[in-house]
Amino acid sequence: MSSERELFRTDDSQVLTETRDARMSGQGDRFNSKLREAFGSSPFILTKFDKFMNWVRGSSMFMLQFGIACCSIEMMHTYAVKHDLDRFHAGVPRASPRQADVMIVPGTIVSKFAPRMKRVYDQMPEPKFVVGMGSCTISGGPFQEGYNVIKGAEEVIPVDIHVPGCPPRPEALVYGVAKLQERIANGEASPVTVKPYELEQFGDLERDEIVDELASEIDEEDLVMRYNWADSP
Amino acid sequence: MSLQEGDEATPEIESGETELEALLDDLIVDTDDHMNAPAFVIRPDTVQETLGRLKNEAGYDHLSLVTAEEYPDRYESIYHLKKFDDPTDEVSVVVPTDSENPVSESAEPVFRTADWHEREAYDLVGIEYDDHPDLRRILLPETWQGHPMGLDYDQDRPQMVPLREHANPLQDDHRSDTDSDTMFVNIGPHHPATHGVLHLETTLDGEQVVDVEPDIGYLHRNEEQMAQNGTYRHQIMPYPDRWDYISAGLLNEWAYARAAEDLADIEVPEYAQIIRTMGAELCRIAAHMLAVGTFALDIYGDFTAIFMYAIRDREKAQNILEDLTGQRLMFNYFRLGGVVWDLPEPREEFFEKVRTFVDELPDALEEYHDLITSNEILQMRTVGTGVLPEEVAKNYGATGPVARGSGIDYDLRRDDPYGYYDELDWEVPVEDGCDNFSRLLVRMREVEESAKIIEQCVDLLEDWPEDERNIQANVPRTLRPEDDKEIYRTVEGAKGELGVYIRADGTEKPARFKIRSPCFSNLQTLPEMSNGEYIPDMIAALGSLDIVLGEVDR
Ligand code: SF4
Repeated sequence: MSSERELFRTDDSQVLTETRDARMSGQGDRFNSKLREAFGSSPFILTKFDKFMNWVRGSSMFMLQFGIACCSIEMMHTYAVKHDLDRFHAGVPRASPRQADVMIVPGTIVSKFAPRMKRVYDQMPEPKFVVGMGSCTISGGPFQEGYNVIKGAEEVIPVDIHVPGCPPRPEALVYGVAKLQERIANGEASPVTVKPYELEQFGDLERDEIVDELASEIDEEDLVMRYNWADSP
Repeated sequence: MSLQEGDEATPEIESGETELEALLDDLIVDTDDHMNAPAFVIRPDTVQETLGRLKNEAGYDHLSLVTAEEYPDRYESIYHLKKFDDPTDEVSVVVPTDSENPVSESAEPVFRTADWHEREAYDLVGIEYDDHPDLRRILLPETWQGHPMGLDYDQDRPQMVPLREHANPLQDDHRSDTDSDTMFVNIGPHHPATHGVLHLETTLDGEQVVDVEPDIGYLHRNEEQMAQNGTYRHQIMPYPDRWDYISAGLLNEWAYARAAEDLADIEVPEYAQIIRTMGAELCRIAAHMLAVGTFALDIYGDFTAIFMYAIRDREKAQNILEDLTGQRLMFNYFRLGGVVWDLPEPREEFFEKVRTFVDELPDALEEYHDLITSNEILQMRTVGTGVLPEEVAKNYGATGPVARGSGIDYDLRRDDPYGYYDELDWEVPVEDGCDNFSRLLVRMREVEESAKIIEQCVDLLEDWPEDERNIQANVPRTLRPEDDKEIYRTVEGAKGELGVYIRADGTEKPARFKIRSPCFSNLQTLPEMSNGEYIPDMIAALGSLDIVLGEVDR
């Protein structure tokens, strides 16, 4: 054991009390925002409801905390100091998909992970948006020829914005997110179509050689994702 | 030589090889010569006997890697053995099995670490291991058809992957029939505490972990296949950056560079070696910073102070690396025989920048010590939890900060010197607490040592005569190492012993390229550390292992 292991105790005689005092006496104008001042005496603004909603949506995006591969390191840097995605109203990573609106897909998707990613995507509440980060989510990137690599996130879930790069610089990701916000504010979203790789019940699949071979291993009700590699781009 | 047999007739002068031959006399079928070590060919049913003798009587206590490959007429498993006391003392055991019925004896009873390595060999190449406790696929989904690193694999064949594990996250525990009070919980593959896409199948009894089983392969990107598809000279080098992508790019590139340079007999100029050493240590600092930051994130569960501090310091290191290599993360800076370009101009400014970074590090580390290591809460969570005794760590082939936190004085930079390390003055930090806290301390102290190394490199580079700045050796445009040359070389990556095995076949592409990932072996120790402990301790233990899934799954 090293000598640095003595327990350290906090000196609590110095704890600041100013904030507490201010709260107790009720002074301060915590409820008067700068925006409110800017509007002057009128407490109303006039706009279309949809437009307002889209603006709100784009201006407060909760990101899914979702790390896959190398790109997620740059994504962490984008969230953290220096680049600080929070400045663009899009910084709070949420660990649960049920609380998130935007999923940044940061990395290579392989056969074993695609069904899980699809499930996570399905768990996010509407309206939801996807930013594909890195070449891997566009085409499989450097691993495109791999026997196990999905040739792009778009094979599994719809993607609104693609940010190319390997990995994209944080600035590029910020730009991608800003572009997404612009699209949301304009009420645009990419159409949701059926993707080549969907989760299906095993029993519903057309019977062929591989289905027969696996029939003893997989239950009829199990969800499966079937990869037809020969048809991949 | 730590030969323990009482045979006093073995004189010192006799070379290790003959001693080994004498030891394995009745088992050796044939000998082979790998470039790094003597290789003994044995019969598939004598694996345990051979490895047992080598481990217990000749002191080869480190099973570094199991390589499996298919030849047109046979399968082969190669066990690369080393000594923790002296990693330059290596021996390979080659086990050929016939192609019709590829069954070989498992080495798992002798070396625990063989468990996963052999599962991988089974999964990707298709060799079966007798007497293996749990032989199933490890990287690919269970329903996968065929063995992709075999010779006749058809990549266009459709595959089917079920989504089974998540059908019902709370299900009856099937593991123990006697005790029905346990609960089965999936942690991951999408979970903030698993550092990527790791899936932990955990069986709980109340708050305690009865059993945890890492399920990996969610980031299996076929790195070995990619390397086998690329030519030695230029096409392989970009991939190592993506094995351990926590900014450890240059350290990984060095693993490939070292193996390929030795294979093709290339001498790297001294000036380039110094640049490499400096760059690699900058990467180590960046990698350890993230390890410390995310470890604190796991313990405290906040995205605030420590994580941000760590990122702040990483940004500094990354800026320097960007000046040097042109990229923030995927450097692709090494070339066989040297590095791609010289230090950036103006050199003075660059040196100044590196100096400032190194000079500010002690203060930064002081902050970390204030925030982390001297913090009561963190101490309560980490001191004495996640205990990994020395012998267990060795048995699992743990290396890097994990081994050094368990009192194993093993660092390839010193013990198997490469680059410029043996000319410089630095130390190998070792802690013998064997717990989460020790591993954390080792990383923090390694950052200091790396800073020392960088400082000395800068001094050397500054005074280097201008007309001797040779950054690359003369390397032929196309490299075609001779047929049947085999080499296994390791370097000290950020996470531990990172190795590359290459078999050449006379063409410009490797016939077999195998990566020894330190994280793969380190992660295997997780059940040892956390079974019987509380869940938070398991999370802390996982954080202290500092795995990166890109390297675990490759
Ligand atoms: S795009 Fe490049 S950096 Fe991003 S995950 Fe793929 S390989 Fe890694």
